[in-house]
Amino acid sequence: MQQEYSICFMCSVRCPIKVMVKNDDVQLIEGNPHAAGIEGSICPKGAAGVSLLHDEQRLKKPLIRTGPRGAGQWREASWEEALDYVAEKIKQIKDTYGGRSIAFTERAQLNSHISKTFMQAIGSPNYFTHDSCCKGSLNTAFRSLTGYADSSFGVDLERSKHVILYGRNYFESIELKAVKQLTRAMENGTKLTYIDPRVTVTATKADKYLMIRPGTDLALNYALMHVIIEEELYDKEFVDRWVSGFDELKKFVEPYTPAWAEQETGIPAAEIINLAREASAAKPSVIFHYGYRSSHYTNEIYVRRSLIILNALMGSIEAPGGIFIKKSAKDISKQPLHKLTEQDLPKVNEERCDGVGTAKFPTADPAHGVVQLLPQAILTEDPYPIKGLIVWRHDPMLSIPDYQTNKEALNKLDLLVVIDIHFSETAWMADVILPESIYLERGDSIQEVSGLKPSLFMRKPVVSPRYDTKPGWEIMKLLADRLGISKYFPYNSLEELWAYQLAGTGITPEDFAAKGFVTLCQEPVFWDRRDGLKFKTPSGKIELVSSLLEQNGLPSFPAYEPVKPPAEGTFRLLIGRNVAHTHVSTQNNPLLNELVSENLLWINNQAAAKLGIKDGQLVEVTSQRGKEAIRAFVTDLIHPEAVFMLHGFGRRVPTQTRCYNKGASDTMLQVNITDRVGGSPALQHVHVTVRPVA
Amino acid sequence: MSKFILFQDEKKCISCRSCQVQCKVNKGLGVGPKPNQIIEVGPVEVNGRLKANYVFLSCFHCDNPWCIAACPNGAIQKREEDGVIFIDQDRCAGCKSCIMACPWSAPQWDARKGKAVKCDLCKDRIDAGLKPACVTACPTNSLRLVRTEDLPDTKRVRFVRELVAREVS
Repeated sequence: MQQEYSICFMCSVRCPIKVMVKNDDVQLIEGNPHAAGIEGSICPKGAAGVSLLHDEQRLKKPLIRTGPRGAGQWREASWEEALDYVAEKIKQIKDTYGGRSIAFTERAQLNSHISKTFMQAIGSPNYFTHDSCCKGSLNTAFRSLTGYADSSFGVDLERSKHVILYGRNYFESIELKAVKQLTRAMENGTKLTYIDPRVTVTATKADKYLMIRPGTDLALNYALMHVIIEEELYDKEFVDRWVSGFDELKKFVEPYTPAWAEQETGIPAAEIINLAREASAAKPSVIFHYGYRSSHYTNEIYVRRSLIILNALMGSIEAPGGIFIKKSAKDISKQPLHKLTEQDLPKVNEERCDGVGTAKFPTADPAHGVVQLLPQAILTEDPYPIKGLIVWRHDPMLSIPDYQTNKEALNKLDLLVVIDIHFSETAWMADVILPESIYLERGDSIQEVSGLKPSLFMRKPVVSPRYDTKPGWEIMKLLADRLGISKYFPYNSLEELWAYQLAGTGITPEDFAAKGFVTLCQEPVFWDRRDGLKFKTPSGKIELVSSLLEQNGLPSFPAYEPVKPPAEGTFRLLIGRNVAHTHVSTQNNPLLNELVSENLLWINNQAAAKLGIKDGQLVEVTSQRGKEAIRAFVTDLIHPEAVFMLHGFGRRVPTQTRCYNKGASDTMLQVNITDRVGGSPALQHVHVTVRPVA
Repeated sequence: MSKFILFQDEKKCISCRSCQVQCKVNKGLGVGPKPNQIIEVGPVEVNGRLKANYVFLSCFHCDNPWCIAACPNGAIQKREEDGVIFIDQDRCAGCKSCIMACPWSAPQWDARKGKAVKCDLCKDRIDAGLKPACVTACPTNSLRLVRTEDLPDTKRVRFVRELVAREVS
């Protein structure tokens, strides 16, 4: 049996894997044994990659729509025909409305430099990633305080003495390395505090679980700061050296006492004081985890800022066991990988259709855009018409709140092209579907992983494609050829793409053969906390009073305002993930569907009793935007103000037979509202009523 | 008892079911049969602290296996050298007697092949110097393949020892 090293792609973590191959077929997928902190382990999604490879319900051939949009009428086409069709339509739109009327959205990936190059070459500023729907406000929060985006920060779980998680459900949203580190740390005595309105597996593993009233994390954090400053529990040396705006913060948090926060959060004041003291005792090896998929409320940026500020007060930034700034190849004086975007590309001076980067929407990250504003931009044609949309491995229909409006918007397009591996809800609406080979059948651009020890990882094809599919980098190249912009895509094969990236690094593709990766330095790189920290803010410090925000007329410390509490008889709809599924992409995978085949509505037992809802009963959940049917899970493990469902169910594409019509869709119920400062949608803003069905 | 046993450190288990999925893949099984399972107990509040147990349940490789006694074709066998109990797939007639006999649901029904399947401690992997698929997969190192004489002297282990030594009734 052959052994090949590659990179998993069953979720977005990209764990290094070892694939056992026999007769051009995958037998088993394990974690890469050479990769530190992986050691052969794999999560259920990674293990189930084999059943994705063999899935008969994958997209198999290019498809061109023949009936009305969304009716599921298609004809198979050759690649030639499908690509010609797409290119022709793009040209028409470009000629009539200009390049800016083509938009593109994807989940950020190894080939994103190709997508960005494509968009710039056709003259459109409207490149989006799904990021705003995930961690847009976290990104802005980090930039407002440190000058770096969130992706430049990591957490040193293994050496931490106290890890405090706010709904960061590590043990159910497995990131192998982090799970291993946290488990090992806890064996060695690291304390875990977990704060969430819902009891998760992580809650059951924590030393302390605090059930917080949903939407009140900011109140808790202001009170923690109040105690930390009043009792002088902060790291004075660090704050003096690296933090600006401390006096303003001190004055601001004065009124936010633990007693006040108790009323707001439901967490006893004594617990809040205790947490502040315990965290401080562990400083600087303490982590107030800043969260990951953090698009919950309209004040999200301030919640995320408060968490980063708590770390700054603890002096945990760039401390062992704290949070660190990831080092790139450049930071250790190595030549970084080349990207296609470094070429001399045509300048695009148009403003983005979502207004990001303009006075209308000044602080969100224009590198990603705010994708949940795209449906409105399409529908209103404000500031200009968007007529074509290319979607690569992203499912905006189910990722952007408000399914019905998303559908209306997609219906208004002249062209919708989807590049994906399976029938997403968005693919179901497409004019043309270009089927991509899955990660086991294709290679991708080499991955540069920044971190304490920067390194390069390689995803390479380990078996030949099962169906008539192509890798995405090739699809983009073939489209570029037809649009007369092929000179910006100087590769004809995977090997040439890799050679382009590696030019001048002194590293060759063969260097990946032994372990599947190349480490660029041997020892972890920490910057000196006395003099060596390089913050990218104008002052070179962590700016509590943020230049980014203040210069755009936005407050650094807005007074606390509760996020709309649910009225009597209504509930806040919380959403989340579990270990079996990635977003909306794995629900139809045979083995993962077997693990979790539908979602349930978690409802507090007292609330359920009042409504006459029994465990397992079918209930109807109604919001101002829609109505869904789902089975109830009656439990005391959730706050009485909230109900909860897993994201990714309630699917409407009948050809995905295993997940078709199972459970409920949160996007059918959510309202599309945005944190205008941070850029995230407020996915937990909506209130719902619940009633038993029959 | 076999020479080896799959030991689970419950404290570290996070109920992710990697063990279950990886086992199925390694054995070429589809949807349905589960040679190992995680039984979730809780969470419940005990003395102000939440407690949950995620219990790994697979074949115990008993001393006097009821499945062997039940199999009319001699398909279930005990490996001499280490006591691993396995099903000779060529001899399994698909009568499900073992499935009915085992109190722990260790043998499972593989409808695609019309045969019973069960944990054989990945004897092929052990022979090749590897750990069982579930052990290698476990993200928290909660699962270990240990020599039975090295098992810790805990209440649970004493209970299991007593169980696997029971005579067929």
